[in-house]
Amino acid sequence: MTRPIRTLLIANRGEIAVRVMRTARDMGLKTVAVYSEADARALHVESADEAYPIGRAPARESYLRIDAILDAARKAGADAIHPGYGFLSENAEFADACEKAGIAFVGPPASAIRAMGSKSAAKALMEKAGVPLVPGYHGEDQDPALLAREADRIGYPVLIKASAGGGGKGMKVVREAGEFAEALASAQREAKNAFGDDRVLIEKYLTKPRHIEVQVFADSHGNCVYLHERDCSIQRRHQKVVEEAPAPGMSPERRARMGQAAVDAAKAVGYVGAGTVEFIAEGDGFFFMEMNTRLQVEHPVTEAITGQDLVEWQIRVARGEKLPLSQADIPLEGHAFEVRLYAEDPDKDFLPQVGRLDHLLLPAAIPGVRVDSGVRAGDSVSIHYDPMIAKIITYGADRAEAAGRMSAALAATEVVGLPTNRAFLQAIFATPAFAAAELDTGFIERHRAELLPGPAPASARDLTLASLFLLLDEARASAAAAEAQDPFSPWGLAPGWRLNRSAFVDLTFAAGAERIAVRAHYVPGGFRLDLPEGASVHVEGAMAADGTLEARLDGVRMRARVVRAGQRLTVFAAGAEASLDHVDPRLASIEATGTAGRLVAPMPGTITRVAVGAGDKVRKGDALVVVEAMKMEHTVAAPRDGIVGSVRFAVGDLVDEGAELLILEDAE
Amino acid sequence: MAIIEDAVDRRSDTYARNREALAASVSELRGHVERIAEGGGAVARERHLKRGKLLPRDRIRTLLDTGSPFLELSQLAAFGMYDDDVPAAGIITGIGRVSGRECMIVANDATVKGGTYFPVTVKKHLRAQAIARENHLPCLYLVDSGGANLPNQDEVFPDREHFGRIFFNQANMSAEGIAQIAVVMGSCTAGGAYVPAMADQSIMVKNQATIFLGGPPLVKAATGEVVTAEELGGADVHTRVSGVADHMAENDAHALGIARTIVGNLNTSKAHGLDITPPRAPLYDAEEIYGIVSQDPKKPFDVRQIIARIVDGSEFDEFKPLYGQTLVTGFARIFGYPVGIIANNGILFSESALKGAHFVELCCQRNIPLVFLQNITGFMVGRKYESGGIAKDGAKLVNAVSCASVPKFTVVIGNSFGAGNYGMCGRAYDPRFLWMWPNSRISVMGGEQAANVLAQVKRDGIEGKGGTWSADEENAFKAPIQAQYERQGHPYYSSARLWDDGVIDPADTRMVLALALSATLNAPTRETRFGVFRM
Repeated sequence: MTRPIRTLLIANRGEIAVRVMRTARDMGLKTVAVYSEADARALHVESADEAYPIGRAPARESYLRIDAILDAARKAGADAIHPGYGFLSENAEFADACEKAGIAFVGPPASAIRAMGSKSAAKALMEKAGVPLVPGYHGEDQDPALLAREADRIGYPVLIKASAGGGGKGMKVVREAGEFAEALASAQREAKNAFGDDRVLIEKYLTKPRHIEVQVFADSHGNCVYLHERDCSIQRRHQKVVEEAPAPGMSPERRARMGQAAVDAAKAVGYVGAGTVEFIAEGDGFFFMEMNTRLQVEHPVTEAITGQDLVEWQIRVARGEKLPLSQADIPLEGHAFEVRLYAEDPDKDFLPQVGRLDHLLLPAAIPGVRVDSGVRAGDSVSIHYDPMIAKIITYGADRAEAAGRMSAALAATEVVGLPTNRAFLQAIFATPAFAAAELDTGFIERHRAELLPGPAPASARDLTLASLFLLLDEARASAAAAEAQDPFSPWGLAPGWRLNRSAFVDLTFAAGAERIAVRAHYVPGGFRLDLPEGASVHVEGAMAADGTLEARLDGVRMRARVVRAGQRLTVFAAGAEASLDHVDPRLASIEATGTAGRLVAPMPGTITRVAVGAGDKVRKGDALVVVEAMKMEHTVAAPRDGIVGSVRFAVGDLVDEGAELLILEDAE
Repeated sequence: MAIIEDAVDRRSDTYARNREALAASVSELRGHVERIAEGGGAVARERHLKRGKLLPRDRIRTLLDTGSPFLELSQLAAFGMYDDDVPAAGIITGIGRVSGRECMIVANDATVKGGTYFPVTVKKHLRAQAIARENHLPCLYLVDSGGANLPNQDEVFPDREHFGRIFFNQANMSAEGIAQIAVVMGSCTAGGAYVPAMADQSIMVKNQATIFLGGPPLVKAATGEVVTAEELGGADVHTRVSGVADHMAENDAHALGIARTIVGNLNTSKAHGLDITPPRAPLYDAEEIYGIVSQDPKKPFDVRQIIARIVDGSEFDEFKPLYGQTLVTGFARIFGYPVGIIANNGILFSESALKGAHFVELCCQRNIPLVFLQNITGFMVGRKYESGGIAKDGAKLVNAVSCASVPKFTVVIGNSFGAGNYGMCGRAYDPRFLWMWPNSRISVMGGEQAANVLAQVKRDGIEGKGGTWSADEENAFKAPIQAQYERQGHPYYSSARLWDDGVIDPADTRMVLALALSATLNAPTRETRFGVFRM
């Protein structure tokens, strides 16, 4: 019994909406997008055959509105809804509502979503189904001697956790039996203080855990297969940064065991469709963590090594068809990586960034490289949604080849307008430990110094390229100045010409507080640049219409690009980027204006609390204003004692990074 | 178009000697210009910089569009003229692009005698204004001057072409829609105060610029009032209270930035009617001109080989090539602009003069700018030629050149003697620009001829009274005359006195002409009306 799907509504946005539409279109389906006010001109809207507005920018007023989405589906005549990931993708009510409306939900039955939705209930279910769990003791009996015996049974090191707790309070790592009693007492004390409940549980403590997940697929005919595993151990703050398939060091035997465990897990909840069973693994052991009842962000790496289109599988299953392949026929060839290019500032603890993508160049989709993105140059990354710019997926015959392609693809990626984790991702692939596949969830923390070297001073090469760009760009502007009336004017075609003399021009750059002076002498064919510290370089080159520089630095040819956004110049060369500000002394400087006493927004966001009013006396450290962005609250506190002069914003106001929130005056 | 064939023997001794001599002259010229560009010397420069001011040439560079050419005028003004050295006559003038428009820039150099006006300073300022007026170039005055040079007041203040003419020109250019913009970057006292006051728009630099008719000492002497310069006529007073100036700038660079904005809003356009093509470089190296031009002024060279190194693609369509061959006329392009070229290739005969007049008429009819390459010792003399009417034929050429209203450009590439100077658009014939090569000479006649003529007259007088005059005596008589002609006929002497707009490197001729040609296109075309030609 199959049900026809001719029109598919994608209840999502960004890259996943675009990606789902691509397959749907390939299958001959009509595609329908929904969009919030913030996304009216978004790529996913333009990629669809039809698009319906569903509300305001905040997700709860648009992409999380079940009624609005079903209304759009009815208007569009959609017979199926693909929820993508995030938003309503794991919302059982939504799945129910779709079925009630007679629209196929491209996902598992609501019952499976519910079964896996509660982590503790899911674990109990898994235990019953024989899926391995992290060894532990969750019993009511809190006799210390019993607890110590349980710890011995589990095997050191173990973790003592407050049963009632969270947030690390009352959590102790115990490495050997001799330390157990003392650690237990301490954990109980903290638990009592924090939660008024000193009960604890004990779990196996994994020192170098890996995150390995298995892609499963089930149809409505009782078939269930696994499409092998993905290793997502490169994480920060529990967010996946790099994913790969297959997991390095995985033996066929262990793959089969994990695959079977995942299939068992899916079957235990009557699963249908695409799902991911996440395991935490150490050594030979692997333990069930949770099951994600949706298509994962990182599904493309599985597609790469199996040659399958998982969205196509999803739609087929939703139609009631059988799975396209049986377990034995699912290929596993080569190796694939995925990275998530985020608008975030790695040097500011990965603070999410919002703003306009003034310039965006993603790697070309050459063989072995796939790019899934939902934005274009000129689009904005907004405060309302996930700040992911793109996923870059590379594939190769083996891990090294795929990694090499990823390094090249990242080197060819250019983003201007807001900071990204591009260089950070590059650094991961450049780490010998990564090349050696020494993977575990502590990787980023362990290699922090290597991965986050901090801002480097502008190199001579960057200064040279930035200078060349300015000089060529001025020459281009100059040549175009009288285009209509005097098209070939020598005034625009003889840069730096002087009567009986030679000429130079001074350029000033700023990098942070530092001022850098470059003197460019006009010499035949190019420029001789005087750089800081007595360095000198001969540079010549040409700039193409797309801004690509073909430059020669002391004869060394290189291709580069400099993108100007306001005063900011971003230099892309040899796979690296650097930013400099061009300072034009002819524009009045505002830096003379003092910044003492100004309190500015640490990032763009919404004011959620204003704790003080004009005239209030405050002490150093007092909370003044709270800014929320990316679901994180940032408190602006008084840097010293003082009196609040004026408050510039009210609760609910949107502020840009650097916006002056209030003025703090000195107390008398 | 016809290509001029290369006919230069680069391996000849003559070529090598010529090349060495002219290259040395060019190198000497650049040396002088480099020294002049230093302005009033290290001490004065240091003092100037300590006040937070930019040096005048840095001001100009800051004002110009990045990379804009700067066609400096009269670099050698006052060269060797006053007992004290007055580099560039204490004022820098020239044409450069500001906000995409060609502008005339007049910048006082306060490091040279406080930027005061010597007689040649006035002349240089007025010449810049004349060029601006004729070619409709917005004027930017970077004012930093103590006013008239008092010891020289008799040659600076009273006459028609003296200090007052600056303001007369400002008023009349403003009336003609040629923007007058003053950037006051230092003192601007007494008469000088009228430069910003007469300007359409003006900018003053905070704590640097002052404008007043009488300074604090004069005020105290006259009324007893004690007041500081800043209180009396600083930027704050004039931009907030008096309205004498319009904008207050933080510093020199900011002031120049404001001036750029003002120029950006001028709403001017070039309306020329020229058939313009993409520029093409000449086929031959411009520096070969050094080897072509005879070191010995008496030895002729084929001017077509010079033309071939100036014009686009070395292409030159000659007019009347077989007639009056001592004057070469024809059509070419320089940087894509069509030009008519008139060049000497020997002394002028009746036929050459007639041909020249005819060609000038053609160019005026067609609105084609004229370029004169002057290398002329004079018109042919003798009974045959006088009776043939060479005077009236020469007059036809002078008439045509005088009245031609198309842009005219003159480059003295060799000799500029006598009536030949007139027929070939000398200074008196108002070419838009006139330049000299370092090898050129200008005088009423050649030094040797002048000495010979004077010696002949002297000999006739002595012998008429029955006396005798030995060859030694004659040589002793002639030597100082020749020396005087050599000194006064030298291009540096000419340029110091502004008989021309500058001495240029022959290899730069194409670029200088191109920049000037483009600048002249800012003025609307004017119709030519010739006077009565004596037939």
